[in-house]
Amino acid sequence: MDDLITREYETVSGIAGPLLFLERARTASMGEMVEILLPSGETRRGQVIELSEQHAIIQVLEETTGLGIAGTRVRLTESAAMMDLSPDLLGRRFNGVGLPIDGLPPIIPEARMEIIGRPLNPVARDKPAHFIQTGISTIDGLNTLVRGQKLPIFSGAGLPAKELAAQILRQANVREDLPSPPSPFKGEAKVGASAFAIVFAAMGVTFREASYFLQEFERGGVMEHTVVFLNLADDPTIERLLTPRYALTTAEYFAFTQGRHVLVILTDMAAYCEALRQIATAREEIPGRRGYPGYMYSDLASIYERAGRIRGKAGSITQLPILTMPDDDITHPIPDLTGYITEGQIVLSRELHRKGIFPPIDVLPSLSRLMNLGIGPGKTREDHRAVADQLYALYAQGRDVRRLAAIVGEEGLTDSDRRLLKLAQDFEQEFVNQGEQDRDIDGTLDLGWKFLRYLPKDRLTRVKPELIEKHYGANG
Amino acid sequence: MSGTIIKISGPTVVAREMAQTRMFNRVAVGRIGLLGEVIRVRRDEATIQVYEDTTGLALGDEVSDAGEPLLVELGPGLLGSIFDGVQRPLDVLAAEHGDWIARGLKLPALPRDRQWVFTPLVRPGTQVAGGACVGAIQETEKIQHRVLVPPGVSGTVLEIRGGTFTVTETIAVLDDDRPLAMLQRWPVRTPRPVAERLPPVVPFITGQRVFDMLFPVASGGTVIVPGGFGTGKTVVEQTLAKYAQADIIIYIGCGERGNEMTEVLADFPHLKDPTTGLPLMQRTVLVINTSNMPVAARETSIYTGITLAEYYRDMGYSVALMADSTSRWAEATREISARLEEMPGEEGYPTYLATKLAEFYERGGCVRCLGQADRQGSVTIVSAISPPGGDFSEPVTQSSMQVAGALWALDSDLAHRRHFPAINWKRSFSLYAAPLDPWFRAQVAPDWPQLRIDLAALLQKEEELQEIVQLVGIDALQDQERIALEVSRLVREEYLRQNAFSQIDAACPLEKQYWILKALLLFLHYCRERLKQGWAIEQLLGSPFRAELERMKETPPRDCVQQARAMIEKMGQEVGK
Repeated sequence: MDDLITREYETVSGIAGPLLFLERARTASMGEMVEILLPSGETRRGQVIELSEQHAIIQVLEETTGLGIAGTRVRLTESAAMMDLSPDLLGRRFNGVGLPIDGLPPIIPEARMEIIGRPLNPVARDKPAHFIQTGISTIDGLNTLVRGQKLPIFSGAGLPAKELAAQILRQANVREDLPSPPSPFKGEAKVGASAFAIVFAAMGVTFREASYFLQEFERGGVMEHTVVFLNLADDPTIERLLTPRYALTTAEYFAFTQGRHVLVILTDMAAYCEALRQIATAREEIPGRRGYPGYMYSDLASIYERAGRIRGKAGSITQLPILTMPDDDITHPIPDLTGYITEGQIVLSRELHRKGIFPPIDVLPSLSRLMNLGIGPGKTREDHRAVADQLYALYAQGRDVRRLAAIVGEEGLTDSDRRLLKLAQDFEQEFVNQGEQDRDIDGTLDLGWKFLRYLPKDRLTRVKPELIEKHYGANG
Repeated sequence: MSGTIIKISGPTVVAREMAQTRMFNRVAVGRIGLLGEVIRVRRDEATIQVYEDTTGLALGDEVSDAGEPLLVELGPGLLGSIFDGVQRPLDVLAAEHGDWIARGLKLPALPRDRQWVFTPLVRPGTQVAGGACVGAIQETEKIQHRVLVPPGVSGTVLEIRGGTFTVTETIAVLDDDRPLAMLQRWPVRTPRPVAERLPPVVPFITGQRVFDMLFPVASGGTVIVPGGFGTGKTVVEQTLAKYAQADIIIYIGCGERGNEMTEVLADFPHLKDPTTGLPLMQRTVLVINTSNMPVAARETSIYTGITLAEYYRDMGYSVALMADSTSRWAEATREISARLEEMPGEEGYPTYLATKLAEFYERGGCVRCLGQADRQGSVTIVSAISPPGGDFSEPVTQSSMQVAGALWALDSDLAHRRHFPAINWKRSFSLYAAPLDPWFRAQVAPDWPQLRIDLAALLQKEEELQEIVQLVGIDALQDQERIALEVSRLVREEYLRQNAFSQIDAACPLEKQYWILKALLLFLHYCRERLKQGWAIEQLLGSPFRAELERMKETPPRDCVQQARAMIEKMGQEVGK
């Protein structure tokens, strides 16, 4: 019966890829964290992911290189993976599994939470309702970001997703009752002292990319409001599976215990999915599409769904995940499953990027599902929905005409088609291509009207006559 | 009866000493009693799917067998409720246990302390059998909840009392001292029996032009709505839940977004039922298992929902079941199957996927209810499907298509243009159109079917003309063809497109649907005649008729019908019928 109190085992029977097999580990429990003690005295960490009478399967967070069967001991910690929490986390930097890497001592926790997190009761959720002005026309005007939303950026290799995310961070402003301060997150910090926080989780990105973000935080003066989790490309792959969970547990603490508006940046979700596939393959699971496990949807949902607001609580979590679409393919399982979970997506286009347009946001496949909750009278402007719908419709038609013109030539076009062609062209060059400029929502919508005026009033069938009357002007 | 855990893998657990158990028995797993269901029995080992997160379970933990399958609670108080996939009331859960869903919580689906006024409808001495109505309760202002003798039970009523009771109190006693309460239980995976299945002949009126006019679905029919992400599946489901004509709506949020459910929860109490004017929540039951809630409960949510639907059907109501989305259910099936190490079929789905889907869809239908000859009820199923990459050739879409009577195919190209509902009229179909024609002819207008044919023909014509334009430019078309193209565009913009968020246009009554389309099609005739008389195309495009047509859908129904009629008359006068 001493089995019941055994907490240390020397029964390692096999190691395969990132997995370690431990025989007769009767006292282990699912999800429990373990310490793996090497004969050299070195310690690695692992997590129990399957239990059977033959063995417990442990996923080793660090590499299994140098790990042997002989002399290796496994110690159970009697605890699932936990994150220590305190307001002192702000301004700190951690590795992918929540250990400090900035040379400072560990924080003194005020609370500890399991990083898995429990599902939020749908009834307890509050409806997102606040417009976040990002200063980017294609987002604010056409794919509005709302507080509590999860809106990923679908990027491709070499496309400027991080520059876009950094610009959003710099400019993002949460319009509430306050007049909009010029510099957003900083502005809010001034108003409410500590109304916001940024949680940044890097998974499998290069040092160059991560340091770009860190510099941006410094540059924006928001470093003391930021918690950073770094699992870089050369860090252990399996740790990556836990990194977003440490980050989101931290975000939940700041949002729902500390009452802050938290913006979470997760990059790169594609690297996370690769790690997930790696573990699944090692476990000899039946692979789903392109070798990714069949439960990837549920797994991703357990990350993305940790965004939103709770009734009666002040804070919120807004997620801005970044993912690289393999081969720019939006039907690849990673962007595909993400799109089914998130509340829309911002899609970057290689074609626009090649034309030198920044940010190269392709508005047609982009979408914000929560847009209607954040716009309209009292939030943005009464003409917002109509302008967005009409611009979408006309730009889509303009792109059709462009394809047509490539075949039949511009001479073969009717007058109205020529207008549409020009509209598509100028829309990309002016509305989309705004560079580093910070446009407020009025500026964005007014600019939108400029393009609507390319067509006679009676072609604007998605705009109500009274709005046309008000905004179209005399020339038409 | 209890066993011990010998294996844990994700949401599945294997327990030993379970020789006495039966397939699909309900079990409690581990110290905190996680809810589970037996899905495989081999010798004395039972494999269990657990409806809650298994973190913290250990080998040797106890599994106790309830000796009965997972049951759904049925009775008054269901309407207006919000349940999770295994019918725990989420609002009570939040009130009692906080914002995050803890594990191992057991809560009755129906409140035990609530009192209901029961009115008996039979006298002592009456012979009753399964499905017979013994009494009624006014559950909401509109819905009279009929207390039925459970299927399979029959006998003589010895005693029956009117008055105020809770759901568990005895309201009647049958011979052999068998008590009857309002609360009944039914196994979640077993279809409720009916007297007879009937062919569907009445439409399920959605208030959406593209559906009612082009691809109508019968009350008791099954329609699938596949579409890639962002094509508007959820908006279609929610619009139907809001505006479709049905006595009862069962809305299943299966593996979808939490924030979307919040919108439903926030909006429905303030919206009004289009037919009764009462708060929408009074006709609605929500079954919500969002994507981050446990996978196995997602699998059950569909069955919980359809059992609730059948229960109200058996009382003689028309029920519409919105399943958003069936793909998430299928994926849950796949995940469980993989854990059982079953040989996978196409794309990793179990080989019995098609059978399970067909069984589910077949629980819809129009029926003569058990127990009373003239009582009819129906369950209409609207099933959203999320094909990976928007590719309809995948197994869930294909298997569903074989069973469903109608397909509303969503299209990402239309969605990108913000044309909603983004229904691709080339791909969609409805097998109910012809059987429903007599109803439309009698109830709306004799030429309703003809309008549908003309509309489809015009859209087809546009398709052909577009191909020519793509090849050689618009100049190659003659004026008669160009005008067809222009009117077709008008039809797409002003008829097929419908704004789910507009106060007036969100729901369009059949009469309005009919008259707008009639006016549009007559406008085409008018233009053609005018062209023959030598008018120029530009003249026609600038015509006040066209401007009027463009504003019609945003005109309140009664005015709109008047306008359309006046306009049709005027056009007729100008060019001759």
